[in-house]
Amino acid sequence: MFDALRPAWVIVRREVRDQFRDWRIIFPIIGLTLVFPFIMNWTAQQMLDFTREYGATIIADRMVPFLLMVVGFFPISVSLVIALESFVGEKERGSIEPLLNTPLKDWQLYLGKLVSSTVPPLVSSYLGMLVYLSGLMIKHIELPGAEVMVQIFLLTTVQAVMMVSGAVVVSTQATSVRAANLLSSFIVIPVAFLIQWEALVMFWGNQGTLWWVVAGVLVLTVLLVRVGLAHFHREELLGREIDVLKLRWAWGNFSKAFNGGARNVWDWYRNVLPATLRRLALPCAFVALMAGAGLLIGTTLVRDYPFLIDGGKLKDAGTSLKKLLDVWPLFRVESVTMIWWQNLRVLILGMVIGVFSFGVLGVLPLIATMSVTGYLVGVLTNSGLSLALLAALLLPHGLFEIPAAILATAAVLEAGAILATPTPTRTISEVLLATLADWAKVMVGIVIPVLLLAAFVEAWVTPRIALWAFGG
Amino acid sequence: MIEANSLTKYFDDFLAVDRVTFSVPQGNVLVLLGKNGAGKTTTVRMLTSILRPSSGSAWVAGYDVVKQADQVRASVGVLTEHHGLYGRMNAEEYLVFFGNLYGLRRQDALRRAAPLLELFGLAEAARKRLGEYSKGMRQKLALARALLHDPPVLLLDEPTSAMDPESARTVRDAINRLRGQGRTILLCTHNLAEGEELADQVAIIQAGKILIHGELESVRRSLLGPPEFEVRLAQPVNGLVPSLPAGVELRERGDRWLRFQVDRPDLVNPALLRALLDQQMEVVSLQEVPRSLERAFLEAVRNTGAEVQHV
Repeated sequence: MFDALRPAWVIVRREVRDQFRDWRIIFPIIGLTLVFPFIMNWTAQQMLDFTREYGATIIADRMVPFLLMVVGFFPISVSLVIALESFVGEKERGSIEPLLNTPLKDWQLYLGKLVSSTVPPLVSSYLGMLVYLSGLMIKHIELPGAEVMVQIFLLTTVQAVMMVSGAVVVSTQATSVRAANLLSSFIVIPVAFLIQWEALVMFWGNQGTLWWVVAGVLVLTVLLVRVGLAHFHREELLGREIDVLKLRWAWGNFSKAFNGGARNVWDWYRNVLPATLRRLALPCAFVALMAGAGLLIGTTLVRDYPFLIDGGKLKDAGTSLKKLLDVWPLFRVESVTMIWWQNLRVLILGMVIGVFSFGVLGVLPLIATMSVTGYLVGVLTNSGLSLALLAALLLPHGLFEIPAAILATAAVLEAGAILATPTPTRTISEVLLATLADWAKVMVGIVIPVLLLAAFVEAWVTPRIALWAFGG
Repeated sequence: MIEANSLTKYFDDFLAVDRVTFSVPQGNVLVLLGKNGAGKTTTVRMLTSILRPSSGSAWVAGYDVVKQADQVRASVGVLTEHHGLYGRMNAEEYLVFFGNLYGLRRQDALRRAAPLLELFGLAEAARKRLGEYSKGMRQKLALARALLHDPPVLLLDEPTSAMDPESARTVRDAINRLRGQGRTILLCTHNLAEGEELADQVAIIQAGKILIHGELESVRRSLLGPPEFEVRLAQPVNGLVPSLPAGVELRERGDRWLRFQVDRPDLVNPALLRALLDQQMEVVSLQEVPRSLERAFLEAVRNTGAEVQHV
């Protein structure tokens, strides 16, 4: 094991030594470690003094850990720059090829660069936080709670690794530092949002939620590291021209994967689509389980957040349904397209957030919908509505909608899994196009038509069945 | 020592290397000639297991480039087109770093580095930052790096391209010495005189395809025909065409000279001299006309549609 790690250590030593010889890295790190924390100490003091005047001490109390997080975050933001320089700079200067000619394994080079890009900024970040905390003690300002401090240290660490591993993924798509810097907005913008969100949670003072953030960032980091490992191989590092946007090539690859060599639509439905569906069997089962879990979570939430509907209102449900039928008369298409588009855009949103989170967040819309459904079922049954009646309200269109949503979500999950899987003969762009094609196949071939059918049922059939069930 | 068998490489739809086949025995130098973008670098990258062949196979130092990539990389020394040195390191640190990557301890790497730095005239600059090195010095250091782990196979891309004549001579002498030590060398170059000096075999590659491959003399003969000779005469021939023995193909003539090709000079040249003397034409000199590799190369790339020749 140690023998296998030795080459990675050789890389780490060289890279770190190189960083410490570059004043452009040293100066910001020293500044952020030794100067910036004092500025934050001063800011904390000013905030405390100001808020005490108005008795709003809670804001200042929350400000102290928030500033700790800021002190920790600034130095690790340097890690992104170091990582881009380390991975893409070597490509640009041509110094990567001699490395690739040595017996180094791809993962050893990856690990060496990952560690060397992460550790110096992270150490600087820890030192900065210690300086900040020392400053607080010197100024007799109350330190943040131990739990928050642990959370901030963990978040800082995980975020540093996440940014560097994100930089690696970006690096596989760039041959110049300039191109990599442009692409790094795919890291900087989500991280900026994340920090804002973390700040919000911190001001809210909900430590439990912050643990979930730590867990979520950790999962994303693990996935990014996995994707980086999967695509950090010699062939991809040297073999291709990737700085040019090749729309024709992209379209060619996508349509080739989408058509799958089918001679006509019938052939496509008979041979191409079933092959994709077979690949989706396992993700489908997993997503179905997640959907079931979402439903269950929703029903259990009723205990924590009880809500009773007035019995009278339930009795008026028949009347409400009749009103609905006036708005949604039989054979009126607007209601159908409205429902269809609503469902479709949720699945498209799932795809978009799924692509940026390697499938993980793509499951959220379905789980959230199922949880809400579960919660509603719980509330309505607690309020005296029979399960049979509820089934009449949900099942007619749900029988089409739910499997379609599961299938679409499974395609997103599969896309994420494939992106994170080593593909020695294909680039990340080729893999992405192939997975998008798979998702498009499922959507065009099954989900969109089934959702349309479900929308017809929901607009024209379900209300009538429900009305009949309510005795209307 | 190096065996390439129908090596093919596609980048998307672009065919970069097309069924390249050659073999270089131990202690031989194969000079791979080709224009920019002909496929030389891609071929070398497949032979160093950096790029995976789309089809075909290759063995380097007895190892399969696909299945035994680690062993291949441990057995070859590669001088890449871009030397990619680290500007903030010095030569000693640089060689120790690469020595470590090849599994050498610091002391062993330093011990091996010293004579290489001496050989290439870099000993005095061993502690100087590489950022301050001239192009030629960088190239020599990159060559030292390629030799550091004592590899049996060397793949050298333009080893003297940025060097002054003296340094280039040092490197060429080093390559000759390495060949003498039994190392197998694949040399990509645009310097045809250098190729001519060093080559045991020559392969000319164009648009990813080997146009011709064989020993230097065979390649020349195949592309330019039989050897060419020139006879200088003491007196002008005054427009007379001397009668020449069978097997002599007259190519050009002047007032006091004739240029001809013969398949078997050992048999035909004495007969020719006798014939000229019989015709009262006194011969001042008879010598072979040197035919450069450059001429052969230009001849080869002119006939791009021709079938691959292994001669």
